[in-house]
Amino acid sequence: MPLVSFHDVEKTYQSLQGVDYTAVEHFSIDIEVGEVLCLLGPSGCGKTTVLKLLAGFEAPTAGHILMDGQPVTGADRDRGVVFQGDDSLYGWLTAVENVEFGLKMRHVPKLERRERATRYLELVGLKGQERKYPAELSGGMKQRIQIARVLANEPKMLLMDEPFAALDAQTRSLMQEELANIWRTTRTTILFITHDIDEAVTLGTRIGVMRAGPRSEVKGVIDVALNGARSRTDDVFLQYYKQVHAMIRDEVAKSLARAG
Amino acid sequence: MATPTATTADARRSVPAPRPHGAARRFFSVYGGYVLGFVSLFVLWQLASRYLVSSVLFPPPTVVFSKALTLLRNGVLVENLSASMQRILVGFVCGSLLGVPIGLAMGSFRPVRKLLEPYTEFLRFIPSVAMITVAVIWFGIGEGAKIFLIIYTTIFIVILNTAAGVSAIAPNKIRAAQSLGATRTQIFFHVALPATVPYILTGMRLAMANSFTTIVAAELIAANNGLGKMLWDGRLFMLVDEIFVSLVTLGLLGFLVDRTFRWSIYTFAGKYSPTT
Repeated sequence: MPLVSFHDVEKTYQSLQGVDYTAVEHFSIDIEVGEVLCLLGPSGCGKTTVLKLLAGFEAPTAGHILMDGQPVTGADRDRGVVFQGDDSLYGWLTAVENVEFGLKMRHVPKLERRERATRYLELVGLKGQERKYPAELSGGMKQRIQIARVLANEPKMLLMDEPFAALDAQTRSLMQEELANIWRTTRTTILFITHDIDEAVTLGTRIGVMRAGPRSEVKGVIDVALNGARSRTDDVFLQYYKQVHAMIRDEVAKSLARAG
Repeated sequence: MATPTATTADARRSVPAPRPHGAARRFFSVYGGYVLGFVSLFVLWQLASRYLVSSVLFPPPTVVFSKALTLLRNGVLVENLSASMQRILVGFVCGSLLGVPIGLAMGSFRPVRKLLEPYTEFLRFIPSVAMITVAVIWFGIGEGAKIFLIIYTTIFIVILNTAAGVSAIAPNKIRAAQSLGATRTQIFFHVALPATVPYILTGMRLAMANSFTTIVAAELIAANNGLGKMLWDGRLFMLVDEIFVSLVTLGLLGFLVDRTFRWSIYTFAGKYSPTT
């Protein structure tokens, strides 16, 4: 049984003017334990909608989403979310206090949660920054706090909504490498939302390409049989890049044409 | 672009280099402007009353300060000052204690907002000074009326600011807490409340300024003591010096209280923010 399955999911937003917008329709995909599923699509295709539905921040208008066979009814600690921006961090808490937030809410004893939070900060490369406040850290470091914060909470899976999109190119590729390393040690299931083909081929064990919105759905799924560290200059990497590119090209064109 | 940025960064780094007179220099760069500003205010005042107006109706600061000393020695100033401050403090603390939870509830729950908005939106346009009339009818000229008026002038500003702070909270802060397993109550105490602190303090700071206006007005009309009463007596008995003593006291007191608020917002609430 897959960890997560989307069955014919539809999400329609109602606007105050009475104009409804259907972001996704007939959306179906399974997420297996231990995989990194990259959901790739042009902007405005409803990738983030899919993540919000699985996170439980919003409810689907039709279809159903199952996790471990149970319908998703709201946000819970088994699905840890890493947001794109840094506005989800708590500016009044230090790095280590942010990371232990979930543990504190569950009343894990202070010593134990401090020890665990420190360990995860070390895992994401923030050793020595524990006492700093988010405002004192760079964009890349803030995203590391977010990652450490969900990992320390030990969720069943990670939902990442373009977590590196706001970073500069160098930091982004460094963060991608480190996330790949973390995944290799922890083997956590990850749903990773991105619009960047390169990022999807770098991180994904499977890539789901979405159609241009509205009424988006999964156009096709590509298994990435690359093991170990991936190099952007490898022939196999380039082949996957081309394959994904061919699939998404038309969708990007459609999405641009619709945006007018 | 890269070069000038680097230069400014280096320049900034080299400013607090340790020097023998570093502390004095820093003190002057921080407070020098204030000191100069206040000194020039009193110098101008002195010059104006000596050479421009030269009337007993506009006493120079030297006269006012010596009068203030006398009033300090015989206890009159302290008595009136503490009477006014006590009323402000009691009313202000009560108003804030009532206003913060109401504001939090209004900001967090839509039905509560819909229910209470008519009250806040209606009452906040009736100035507390206008309410002196009913306050005196209801509570007499004792402490009750003044404390009621200070609570009245405090509570709406604190409510509105607190509610605005809650609505300004970035949705992702709440969502993150939800998916980390926090309950609604935990989100309220660990996310919504701390994120709103700067708005609460700003509301209280504005309310404090209002409290000064209100207490003087209330004491002018009906009181046995207080800075407002001192002003009124000064007018009755043509004690112009005393009027000026209470005016200066009000100005200084307001300035000090406001600075304390600004400093505490800056120091304690700098890290608290609904958005970042």
